[in-house]
Amino acid sequence: MQRLTIEDLKNINEKRKAKFALREGGYRAKVTVHMGTCGITVGAKDVMDALVDEVSKNNIKDIIVASAGCAGLCGKEPIVTIEQLGQETIKYCDMNAEKMRRIVVEHLIEGKPVEDYALPPPKEMTFYNLQNLRVLRNIWFMDPEKLEEYIARDGYLAAAKALTEMTPEEIIKVVKDSGVRGRGGAGFPTGMKWEFCSKVKSNVKYMLCNGDEGDPGAFMDRAVMEADPHAVIEGIIIGAKAIDSHNGYIYVRAEYPLAVKRLQLAIAQCYEAGLLGKNILNSGFDFDLKIYLGAGAFVCGEETALMRSIEGKRGMPRPRPPFPAHKGLWEKPSVLNNVETLAQIPLIILNGADWYRGVGTEKSPGTKVFCLAGDINNVGLIEVPMGIPLKTIVYDIGGGMKRRKKFKAVQMGGPSGGCIPESLLDTPVTYEDIVQTGAIMGSGGMVFMDEDSCMVGVANFFMNFTQAESCGKCVPCRIGLQCMVEILEKIIRGEGELEDITKLEKLAQTVKSTSLCALGGTAPNPVLTTIKYFRDEYESHIRDKWCKVGVCRDLVTFYIDGRLCNGCGACRRACPAEAITGEKKKPHKINQELCVHCRTCYDACKFKSIKVLPAAARKANDAELLELAGVATSAGVASEEEEK
Amino acid sequence: MNDQEKELEDAILTQFNRDKANVIPILQKVQGKWGYLSKESIYQISRFLGITENVVFGVATFYAQFRFTPPADHSIRVCLGTACYVRGTERVLDKLKEKLKIDVGETTEDRKFSIDVIRCLGCCAIAPVMMIDEEIYGALTPKKAISVLNKYAPVSIAESPAEEVEITGKER
Repeated sequence: MQRLTIEDLKNINEKRKAKFALREGGYRAKVTVHMGTCGITVGAKDVMDALVDEVSKNNIKDIIVASAGCAGLCGKEPIVTIEQLGQETIKYCDMNAEKMRRIVVEHLIEGKPVEDYALPPPKEMTFYNLQNLRVLRNIWFMDPEKLEEYIARDGYLAAAKALTEMTPEEIIKVVKDSGVRGRGGAGFPTGMKWEFCSKVKSNVKYMLCNGDEGDPGAFMDRAVMEADPHAVIEGIIIGAKAIDSHNGYIYVRAEYPLAVKRLQLAIAQCYEAGLLGKNILNSGFDFDLKIYLGAGAFVCGEETALMRSIEGKRGMPRPRPPFPAHKGLWEKPSVLNNVETLAQIPLIILNGADWYRGVGTEKSPGTKVFCLAGDINNVGLIEVPMGIPLKTIVYDIGGGMKRRKKFKAVQMGGPSGGCIPESLLDTPVTYEDIVQTGAIMGSGGMVFMDEDSCMVGVANFFMNFTQAESCGKCVPCRIGLQCMVEILEKIIRGEGELEDITKLEKLAQTVKSTSLCALGGTAPNPVLTTIKYFRDEYESHIRDKWCKVGVCRDLVTFYIDGRLCNGCGACRRACPAEAITGEKKKPHKINQELCVHCRTCYDACKFKSIKVLPAAARKANDAELLELAGVATSAGVASEEEEK
Repeated sequence: MNDQEKELEDAILTQFNRDKANVIPILQKVQGKWGYLSKESIYQISRFLGITENVVFGVATFYAQFRFTPPADHSIRVCLGTACYVRGTERVLDKLKEKLKIDVGETTEDRKFSIDVIRCLGCCAIAPVMMIDEEIYGALTPKKAISVLNKYAPVSIAESPAEEVEITGKER
């Protein structure tokens, strides 16, 4: 592509919009295969090949075959969307090559949608119709590897406006007025960050993008970088103009190969088209952008650590002040923004601050992208207006828990966040309200846990994570987290004492208040929130040596209640230790000496006949076991009654 | 200068200038080519950048990506992200460790497999997940994980014939 001028941008935009609009005599349908990392993993490429093959075999000329990013409903990938003139848009899920061929023949040629594979129309699906797409505006619709497609969706018009019609002060004012807050988790107002940096005088400044998405369970930034890399780049260019920077980096995890590839391609396209480099769009503004690959350190998501990592050092945070706006990368004034924050900047420039404030709340305007993961039905990527109650996300968008289990908690904010219990599901999703619960908004990971999750185990999992990822610089984090892990493991082994809970709380407060960076400052949150909301679980682990959901191996005995077992054999076949015996259609039995307490049988049983008893029951005789099983109010039974 | 040193020089170091900020990209390229960072390569990099080996080691050991021993034929990376944890990845990991008789970070005696854990591959939708070389396998159970291994090295693993299970996993 030759160097573009602003006129060219407008031309390409109009021409492509006209060419690819579905109309009589032109294209009559558009078939989109959604090819994000998760789609490709479960076979989207085969689907695409089958589609291309079938279309050419049947010599169909009047449809558009396209690929785009993740369709949001990751658990039902591969997904194919068919938009057709005069018809409702249809999404097909769980696709494979064979289904694709059938759809080409029946839907595209014969005109009969294949209802067997179709999702309900998007308008009727609460998963889709409660969402508001801003950051994700392009990713369902656009081939990320084509610059023209981004331009056709009004791409780079905001950059053109910012570079030629607006002063840095005007850009900062719009962004400040919009109230957009950093989507990386802390929620610092983006406009203010830019303003601080713009006021510092320096020949060299850096505009940086944080794509080091490290929270387990979060993949929003990956999806945006993979599916809409140009939106991120455009946001960076606008930010660069605002702070008067001419050099920038996108820091991406090396574990995201597809995102890296697409960003590299997008940057190369921009250089070719004159959207990066010298004299961008003939505006006289120069900006160079590079990619820097992170090497796998969670703490590098912290801004000062990230900058050290780009400098080629160990990624350890340093005290602030001086803030990066004054002394950042290579001691020069720098701004670091999250991928999601930057991707919405073009919209704010084009549509204005008032438009941006049209959704969300006063203090948390706009929308937020979340990743739903864990024991929830609609695992996926969503974007909702701020202020929406958590309940709506769990039940209406998320579709409730898998296997009709009961909701127990949602972990927000990854390892730095906390567990929010059912009683607080009315909490609106805003920065201020989430903090009240003890969790944090975080970058947008939401991991849902059902009634069969052990909260002590979950806390231990997160503490292990942050303990391993602590950079080791300050004592409270390095040693404090280690001590907390040791106490939790002691409880899980069945050697806990009641005062351990108080010890944990005390340690947690110390680590929180004395650590240098946000990693240590937030790491104890999972322990604090689980103690706050699920203290009884800690107590039963310690006092009764009983993990009531059967997760902590040393604190359980699995027992088959003969009164409920119909001898289907599912548990016997599933057991990895071959500890279950029994004849067909007769109650089965677990040999306690062989049992490894892995809970596989409990999950395999569809009749809820497997009871979780305290560890002490391993030595009990049959009569005692039966009695114990009677009082064991296993969560499974409760939910069965509810179903009835 | 031996062959490997020459190759490192020609294929990698010539792409970079001697700015010590390049240390991480260089280490990434070296590991990409040989699969690990040998003592010799670290020495060579340190001389190239004009810094001590200590500094290079200090940086390399800080980041989880780098390894210092040759990798196995097939590297198994089990995801221990939150979603995978909630969906039972620990049981998968335990089974793999038990079958291969190695711990996390180790390589089997025949150098066929190594097990590592990784923090979230971003495929939470199909949790629990593991990655063998470049392929991702999702919706795992302990049994399924073992039968996936059979695809790679049947002799050393199989004690019973591979079970017919559906395997999710396509090239990335």
